[in-house]
Amino acid sequence: MLSSLSFGDTGKMKEYHYTGAVEHRFSPYAFNGGTVLAVAGEDFAIVASDTRLSEGYSIHCRDSPKCYKLTDTTVIGCSGFHGDCLTLTKIIDARLKMYKHSNNKMMTSGAIAAMLSTILYGRRFFPYYVYNIIGGLDEEGKGAVYSFDPVGSYQRDTYKAGGSASAMLQPLLDNQIGFKNMEGVQHVPLTKEKAVQLVKDVFVSAAERDVYTGDALRICLITKEGMDEQTIPLRRD
Amino acid sequence: MLQAKPFAISLRPLWPPPTHDFEEIGSENGLMWQPKLITHGRLAASASKSWKNEDFCKYDDFFGPVKASGSSLFENTTGLSFTRDLPSSSPFRFSIPVTEYLEESPLQFGQVRRTQISNDHFLTHSNDLSDTSLPSLSSQSVPLPFPLSHGTTTLAFIFQGGVLAAADTRSSCSGQVACPAAQKILPIHSHLVGTTSGTSADCALWKRILSRELRLYQLRHGRRLSTRAAAKLLSHMLHPFKGTELCVAATLCGWDGSEEDAGCPGGDSECKEDPKSHKANVDDAQILSTSSHVGPSLFYVCSDGTRLQGALFSVGSGSPYAYSILDQRVEWGLTVDEAVAVGREAVFRATHRDAYSGNCVDVYHMSSKGWTRRTREDLKEEYYREKERNERTRASKETGLEEV
Repeated sequence: MLSSLSFGDTGKMKEYHYTGAVEHRFSPYAFNGGTVLAVAGEDFAIVASDTRLSEGYSIHCRDSPKCYKLTDTTVIGCSGFHGDCLTLTKIIDARLKMYKHSNNKMMTSGAIAAMLSTILYGRRFFPYYVYNIIGGLDEEGKGAVYSFDPVGSYQRDTYKAGGSASAMLQPLLDNQIGFKNMEGVQHVPLTKEKAVQLVKDVFVSAAERDVYTGDALRICLITKEGMDEQTIPLRRD
Repeated sequence: MLQAKPFAISLRPLWPPPTHDFEEIGSENGLMWQPKLITHGRLAASASKSWKNEDFCKYDDFFGPVKASGSSLFENTTGLSFTRDLPSSSPFRFSIPVTEYLEESPLQFGQVRRTQISNDHFLTHSNDLSDTSLPSLSSQSVPLPFPLSHGTTTLAFIFQGGVLAAADTRSSCSGQVACPAAQKILPIHSHLVGTTSGTSADCALWKRILSRELRLYQLRHGRRLSTRAAAKLLSHMLHPFKGTELCVAATLCGWDGSEEDAGCPGGDSECKEDPKSHKANVDDAQILSTSSHVGPSLFYVCSDGTRLQGALFSVGSGSPYAYSILDQRVEWGLTVDEAVAVGREAVFRATHRDAYSGNCVDVYHMSSKGWTRRTREDLKEEYYREKERNERTRASKETGLEEV
């Protein structure tokens, strides 16, 4: 569902050398970089993103976080094309309000995920170029992470990384949280503190190797007490 | 490449009413085209009955193309008579454009329909109220900057115990494993299961749409649609998108029959031995039933328009490898356990050879009582077990030779 952005060259760095005539067409998409990560624990959820907004060789903004708060128990992380991220979050907010007014209750995380899937699929033939990850608490208070692809295919996970450094982060999470294919390892459940520390370490490593990730890290920790945000600096080069 | 754009679909606004569009088309092609009644055949019956959508009620006439949530002001108690000359007078709105497509003059089949006016009107609203169930068709001249998930092995076959469906769980996306635990076999209702292959978003959403339509049919008509009808429905729903990059290749595995069949004496195998005579009995008992088939059925539906009935299908990038196992082992008389083993083995071999299939295997078994799901099994263990087995047989062969 979420792919590494090694494919496609709109908005990314252009070819340095080429031979022959090249056709330049207007592309309605641009790639603004950024990485998003979400982890679900027993009674908490974490959504983290870097805050760099870039395009091609330039950095537009160093303080543009990609986590957006939807409800008290749900946060969405959107990376990809910033224009589509903004519009999509506006649409989601509007739909949340409509739901609240007509049903007199807030949407649950699962409901938001299902709704987002249909919103994304509604634009199947001119998709929103956004990689979404929703993190929050479900009705029972357990952590839930829903990851999406740009056209609306979604699935509930325990952890997911999306965006430009997703190919680097996802294997690390598979190893540290999922204990995938590791022999003789005790499966220790993840505590809140360990999860936050892991997220910090993971982003620090991503900033080392991915040019579109860096500047600062915004972590949103969602528990039943509410949502807690912290910002940690990353490398700015 | 493709000159003809697919049809505009029902995301056209409900106001102004579609008669205007009809006239435009007629003048464009120089044909006097009238919306005509389908008066013949079962198609007419199903077309007139099936395509009412209570959601599009008169609220829309006043407030524009807003989808009222869950209102069912238009219970279809009155006529199933199909007056289509004045949609404004008729309270029926059709969420699926199948009837329009069916009524279309054959000369315009698949041709470009003038959608600019309706599209523009819709697009101004689409960003506010993108809650319609079907995607809007704009001409896909925008190259996508990202790939969509593809690659799979799914299979299904019929045997005496019903239908067996198996699939892997890897969802890949341009060389990365996007999801190692995807679900490719989606239950649609208690007696219908669909395997999915192609783009995962397309498959998931179209399955949802299909389950919704089947459920609505069941509520309106008090009986469940047969697998054949569900396959036809899905195929017709996908038809307007032919030529677009929608990619859905599904096999629908179902058990048709009525409640009387559940009490079939002696279990499934007896029923299956003599389906024809059983059918005759059933038909006698149910004069109103129009289904002529009882028992398991399997259909393959593809977004390019293929719709096939069969006894064995395998779909996806790993299907050649699966077919080799299935062609060797599948036969009518398998027991349930044997069939499960064959399905599992076929997926296992395919995951071994196909890069885009892997991780775990899901097996679903469909019988007259509904579908049952075997717990998802990680095939990693199977490799090691097989390796051990091979080593053991090799060792025993060696010792056998020594003895001799």
